Formats: sequence, structure tokens, C-alpha cells
Amino acid sequence: MIEIEIDGKKLEVAPGSMIIEAADAAGINIPRFCYHKKLSVAANCRMCLVDVDKVGKALPACATPVTAGMKVQTQSQKAMEAQRAVMEFLLINHPLDCPICDQGGQCELQDISMGYGPDVSRYNFGKRSIKDKDIGPLIETEMTRCIQCTRCVRFGTEIAGLREMGAYNRGENLEIGTFIEKSLVSEMSANIIDLCPVGALTSKPFRFTARAWELIQHASIPSHDCIGSNIYVHTRNHHGIMRVVPRENESINETWISDRDRFSYTAFKSNDRLTVPMVKRGGHWQEVDWQQALDFAVTKLQDLLHQQGAKQLAGLISPSSTVEEFYLFQKLLRSLGCDNIDHRLHQTDFSHQQNMMQFPGLGMTLEELQQQEIIVLIGSNIQREQPIAGHRVRKASLQGCKIFQINVVDYQFNFTVTDKYIVKPSELVHALAQIAKALSLVSDQKIPDNTLDFLSNITINENVRAIAEQLLIGERKTLILGAIAQNHPQAGLLSQISELIARLCGAKIAYLTEGANAAGAWLAGAIPHRHAASNNMAMEGLNTADAIAAKLKGYILFNVEPECDCANPNLALQAIEQAEVVISFSTFKSPSLMLYADILLPIAPFAEMSGTFINTEGKWQSFNATTLPKGDTRPGWKVIRVLGNLMNLPQFDYVSAEQIRDELKVMIDAQSFTSSVPSYNQLTQSSYSHQTNNHLERITEWPIYRIDALVRRSIPLQQSAASILPGIYLNNAFAQQLNLTDGSKTTVKQGDGEANLAVIIDDKIPDNCVFIPAGFSETAKLGASFGIIEIGSAHG
Amino acid sequence: MSSNNKTILSEKVCAEIDRWLTKYPPHGKQSALLPALLIAQENNDNWLPQHIIEAVADYLAIPRIAAFEVASFYSMYHLKPVGKNVISVCTNISCMLSGSEKIEHYLNKKLGVKFGETTEDCKYTIKEVECLAACANAPVCQINKDYHENLTPEKLDEILKKLDN
Ligand code: SF4
Ligand code: FES
Ligand code: FES
Repeated sequence: MIEIEIDGKKLEVAPGSMIIEAADAAGINIPRFCYHKKLSVAANCRMCLVDVDKVGKALPACATPVTAGMKVQTQSQKAMEAQRAVMEFLLINHPLDCPICDQGGQCELQDISMGYGPDVSRYNFGKRSIKDKDIGPLIETEMTRCIQCTRCVRFGTEIAGLREMGAYNRGENLEIGTFIEKSLVSEMSANIIDLCPVGALTSKPFRFTARAWELIQHASIPSHDCIGSNIYVHTRNHHGIMRVVPRENESINETWISDRDRFSYTAFKSNDRLTVPMVKRGGHWQEVDWQQALDFAVTKLQDLLHQQGAKQLAGLISPSSTVEEFYLFQKLLRSLGCDNIDHRLHQTDFSHQQNMMQFPGLGMTLEELQQQEIIVLIGSNIQREQPIAGHRVRKASLQGCKIFQINVVDYQFNFTVTDKYIVKPSELVHALAQIAKALSLVSDQKIPDNTLDFLSNITINENVRAIAEQLLIGERKTLILGAIAQNHPQAGLLSQISELIARLCGAKIAYLTEGANAAGAWLAGAIPHRHAASNNMAMEGLNTADAIAAKLKGYILFNVEPECDCANPNLALQAIEQAEVVISFSTFKSPSLMLYADILLPIAPFAEMSGTFINTEGKWQSFNATTLPKGDTRPGWKVIRVLGNLMNLPQFDYVSAEQIRDELKVMIDAQSFTSSVPSYNQLTQSSYSHQTNNHLERITEWPIYRIDALVRRSIPLQQSAASILPGIYLNNAFAQQLNLTDGSKTTVKQGDGEANLAVIIDDKIPDNCVFIPAGFSETAKLGASFGIIEIGSAHG
Repeated sequence: MSSNNKTILSEKVCAEIDRWLTKYPPHGKQSALLPALLIAQENNDNWLPQHIIEAVADYLAIPRIAAFEVASFYSMYHLKPVGKNVISVCTNISCMLSGSEKIEHYLNKKLGVKFGETTEDCKYTIKEVECLAACANAPVCQINKDYHENLTPEKLDEILKKLDN
């Protein structure tokens, strides 16, 4: 540490830091435009000029490193004159259109010119003006206001890892933009709205709807991925939620949020909102009050229980529900004698559930993830699934971490992949087994004999051996199992072999789950084989796939749209349509919901209620409602509580979400979770024999903006360039082999389900496979997300 | 996307770019951007349409915007079709003080076009450029690859006559 002095204040600062960092840490304000603590130093705006003792000219505080004994003045005459001059220059070409500018009231240029600028302009020539560019549905541009600080350009290069904005032309013709008109495709693109110090880049959906000073700021947590990014929700008196911005939390999202977290609020005002309880009587829908709706639900449920028994009932709940909702949901069902409870809607293989840890998660903090030396992505599209985790992996990569990809799609990331092995889904187990085998030959870790037997028949491909060898080098290694690994039909084997690999190369294993709160679901008991805060049960209930396959008599859906949210939408719809009783807790109504449900209970989305999400690190983050729920909508936990009361279930008298959370927390703290034996011990098949097949296989993901009912209804997100279209994606060579051309329509068939979709050429897809995303009504008639599929010939 | 840049850039262009690439370390492909754009331009009637800039960027595996930035910054790249001869007139400070305006007006009158325009017979394009680093002999212009210094309208007249033949 060295000692310097700023404005007479003695400060201890780290050598090598810049004057502006020292001043910021000490709470001394230096005006700035181009400097941002998360971006590289550009030093091009000169607003931060300060007076440094024994130096002739004023120096930019953002680019001047501290030296021992340095004396800095930020308010001396020399500093003030320099700042005023810079301000005057910056305003020469600025339109000064604050009254019609959305940034007015929250503009760094406005604030700083108030503080440092002159009150009248001496410039009376024509100003430069620049044509606006359309860069997509999320960000509005008004480039005449741009002061060319290049924060947005540096963001693309350094943070998003996707250089989309640039500075082109030169001199006074310099412009910031994309050069050719295009929509930004980064999943984090809208952070440049916050970075832009002026009104050049503003939020398109928020445009002209409020002034900053009319807004009230509430802390909250969005409900779309397991990261739990911290956000502020801004509300305006009667108008409800106006926008979402990041809330800084260095340990989680730093200063960023994904576009999904920022714009999902636009669905809150969707016309699809269910705002009154509804019941179906004699085939007709009626809007009713809560009392009637809940009485109706109680009667229906009790009849079902009397006539069919609790085993004929299942509860499926969205993985993005709150801890409080999960806990009460399972408590309600279990009090009725039903263990058929699940939140794992995309999964089909549950054979390893007994062996799972207390909850599937990262097993470390996001900051630790960033410190890894080796990361193996197994069936993960991390950048789109959990953009903030993807950002951490990118940071690790920039620090030299080696990243490997074992996958069924050759995903392209904003970080360098050292080596990869891309196979079709039915080969994924074999791919991992080869790695395990290669490691078992050289690793000094002992593994049980039956595990060795399991690997005995595997022959190792040279590419895989090369990857395996690199996994042995270095420390701090992590295997990340993503959505494809978890939703794969052999998820259990994948998980067990991954654990074996982890053991053999000394890595940790991480599950990045879909939805906002899978960790909460596991801990609160929204799984068929464990009660809240408990170990495995002797008699477990039905998981999602079994509950659907069994075609039960009754289903309770909690923010689940089976046609979009289930692994086999065709089968799920059949099961639910044939059921006698379907009670749906839902934020939205949809034509298909109206078709199969008997009772619709309107429940609030995340920012309209209080609750808790547990993120992938295991952090509990509670939040309060930011606005009143729309219409007669109620928080889900309250609805379940009243239902419990009406059914006279014991211990259902909660008065607040906190009370529920605390009850569960106490149970979890008291729990002694018996961590299970390593699951690779279960690799009992005496030896795994690899069989190749020539079937055409389907690959599925739930794309970034189709993951839940909320984002599916966000129009700006649907229109953005990061969203992908329903279609049949296959590689060029394979398409030619099948005589299919880009854009032509063709039919795909799975069992009794089929869909007619556009062909989209995509060389990321391996041979003999078609990638068909889920989460669309267009693909709802199809069957299993992975498995055999038939393709017709081209027509139309 | 990037798969068809081979067909956009001829084999000859690619080979020449490859030769430049050997001069830089493998991770420094962006360094070859300036010559690569020039090569592409020379092989495309002396101008760079958008798809060629993109093809060059893809060929070097750099972000396309990085190529656009460079192509739009330097006046030696022509983003619109140009005439057979490109006359680049320096109007920076030394040349301005030594009479570059006269040169400009002379060309306007003689050729009937303004800066940034091309004569109807496609023989000449005139362009305003920044300092050509020959200030000692201002005013200066560059015609295609040659510098012409200490310009006067008379001198320019001679030069144009020669070019016309
Ligand atoms: S658009 Fe905004 S962030 Fe980008 S350079 Fe201009 S002022 Fe800076
Ligand atoms: S903030 Fe220092 S030069 Fe811009
Ligand atoms: S100013 Fe014209 S050559 Fe330098």
C-alpha cells in the first residue's frame, strides 16, 4: 500500500491503481463518462481531468496510476477549468434535447453538465446529427446524443464477448453503431442501456412511459434461471412495473443482468393474464370469486380422493416457483396422502435421484467457478441457459482456464473451447464412458472392481483420449452438467459416469438446473422421493414422467403449461385431457389450458409477491412484492394455504411468506443429510457394451426465451435476435442427403404425434440428428424430447 | 455465414492474404486486416462492397464490425465504386495554407464533380483526404498510387492530360 492525498485527504491505496479508483473508494467524486469499473480504460472523454501536484497539465484520473506521495486536487482552479472546457466541448455536438429524451433525470451528461458546465452555450454553428439505427426490439437508439465514450463498444468486446457495436468513420464523422443495420444477438446486450451515460441507448419497451423521478425502486429476484441475479424493479404508482434494472451484487451478477431477466416483466401486462378465478361447470367456463373457486376445488379434490384415492393424484409444479410455494404445495399433497409431486418437467430418467446430493447445484460459488483451471461442459449451453454463469466461465477462460465441451450440439460460445467431442444423443453415455476408461488407465485413484468391469468393453477413440489426458493436468476442475445432460433419456448413467470422471481426475461436479429454484424444490420436498428437508423415502411417489405415463385421474398444475413445459408434450396433453380433475394454478390462461382444466386459480408472478429463491450456489434470497398482484390474482402460497384451511389440514395457518420460509429453514438446519455413497457404485451393468445405431435422433432444448410461461409471453424477447424459431435444424450435408433445403417445410413424426416445420440449416447439429426446440405450440404435438424421430420428404 | 467466403474471395486473393498472414503470429490475424482489405479491393474494381469486407473479416476470423471500422476509417479504402483514376486531395492544415482549395475548385470545374463523386465517364473519382505526410511539398494529392506535390492548377492540368491519353 502507498500513501497519496486527494483533496487534502490522506489515503492508503494499492500501488498500480488509478487515481479514480482511489477517489471512488474514498467517496470523492470525480466526474467521468468513459470510465467504468468493469471495463478497460479508454481515457477518451477527458471529463475526469484532475490537478496533480508537480505536473504541468491536468491529468485524466481514470488513466493515471497512483504514485507514492502523489497529491491530487479535484477542485482546484486548474482542475475545474479543465473540466469546464471538456464539458463545453462535449456539448458542442450534443442536441440538448433533454425534454424529449428518455434519459432526462437519470443522465450522467445532464448531471455533470449541471455540476461542471457553463449555463449558456457559446457555440452557434450547425450541430452534427446522425441517423438512428434499428438495433433490435430491446434497445432504442438516438445516436445524435452519443458522446462517443465507447462504453458500449468495450462492453461488446470485453463482457459480452461478441463485438457487435463499433466506432466507424473518422474525425467528426465518427459514429457508434453496428455499421450494417442488425439486431444485437448477445443475451446480455441490454446492459449497454445502463452503461450509456447519455440517452443514445435507452430501453425500447420502457420508452416514454415514465420519468426516472416518478419511479419507486424495489429490490427483487427474477425467476428465469438458477443464478438469482439481483435486480431492482421500478414501479410507478397506478401503472405497476415499468422496468427492471440490475442491482449490483459482486458475488452473483456483478453489475450485469441478462436480457431475459431485464425484459420478462413485459409479460406482466400480457393480455393472457388470468386475473379472476374460473371454474368449468357443465362444460362452460365461469368467472367466480375466490370463495366459490376454492370451494369448488375442495369438492372436486375430495370427491376424487374418496372415489379414486390419493394415488390417483399428481402435482406438477414449475421449477421457478418460490421456496414457500414448493413447501406448501408438497405439504398440501402429502397431507392428502399423495407423494406424486415433481418439478422436473423436462426430465425423463430419474434412476439416479436416490443418489443425488441434497440439491443439484453448482457446489461452489460463482466466484469460485471463475477461478477454475479446467471446466468440462457436459450437455450444457451455459451461455444461453444461465447467461451470468456463462459470463463467469468466460472470465475463467480469459484467465487461462481450459474449457472442454462434450455435447450433442456443437454450441458456439463467447469463450474459447480448447477441445470438444460432439456426438449424437445415443452416443453421449459412450463418450463419457470413454473418458472414464481413459482416465482409469492412468489415474492413481482407486475405483471399485465392478466399476472397472463396467468399463471393460469400452474402446477409446483417440480424440477422447486427448481430452482425457488434459483433464489430469492442473487443479480446480469442474464438470458442469447442463440441461441436455439432465434431460437426456440416460441422465442417470450420465450423472454416474460424470461422478466417476470427477473422482478420477479430481474434479468437482456441478449441475446447472433449469428454472429459478430447483434447489428450493429439492430442499422443500417438491420431489417424489424426499419430504422437505429429508432423506430418501422408502416408498417414493411418481415422478413427472411416470405420473404422465400412468394417466391418473387428477392433476394439480402449478404454473405448468404441459404443451410447452413437459418432456413429452403429446403424452402429457393426452394424460391431462383424460383426467377427471385438473386444477391449474396459473399466471396466464391459454386456449389449451381452457380445454383441459376444470379450475383456474390466478397466481402472481415473481415481482407481484414475496418469496424466496435458492440459487445454484445455495444462497437463499428473499424478496417482497413490488406491486399489487393484477386483478384478483393472489400469491401462490396464500392460495394453497387457504385451500389447506378449507380442507381442514393441520398446521396450515401461515400469516406470511417469511413464516413458511423460516419453518423450512429450521428443518433444514436441523437435518442431517446423509450424503449418499458415490453413485458410480451403482454402475452395476456388468460391462457396458456400446451399440451404434443408424436411427434418426431428435435433440431438444428449451431455448432461452421459451423456458417458462412468462418469457414466452414477452413480446420484445420473442422478437429479439437471440430467440430461436421452431423448426427442424440439421446440418447442411445431412440436409442434402435427405434432399431438404433451407426454408422448405417438412413433416417430422414421433409415434402418433407429428409436426410440419421449416427446415433450418445449422452446422452445429451432428449427422443423423435433427434439433427441434421445445416450448413452442408448433412442437407440442411431438413426443419425447430425445429419441427416434422420422422425417418426411420436402414439400411446400 | 462464413462458409461461403472462399467463393466470395478468389483463390488468388486468399493466397495473397495467406502470404501476409505468415508475417504475424497465429493469434494476431487481425494484424493482416489492412493488407487483406487492400488485396480484396485491388481485385474488385478498386472498391469494397459490404459482402467483401465481411468475407475478409470471416476469412481472418475477426468480428465483422472490426473490419468495417477499419474500412471506413482509412481513405484508401473505397466503399463505393470509383472511377479508373482516384484523385485524393489533401486538405489538411499545411495543404490548406498552401492552396488546396484552389486545387479542389480546379478539379470541380475541370471534371464537373465534387469530393466523393465520380465523373460520368467513370474516368475520375475525387476524394478529400487527411494529411498525406508530404507537408513539406504542400499542396499534395495522390493519384492512384503516385504522389504529386507542389501542385498548381497548371501542373494538375498537365497530369490530367497525361492520364487522359
Ligand atoms: S452510445 Fe452511449 S455508451 Fe455508446 S459510445 Fe455513445 S455515449 Fe457511449
Ligand atoms: S473518464 Fe477519464 S477520460 Fe473519460
Ligand atoms: S497536410 Fe497535406 S500532406 Fe500533410
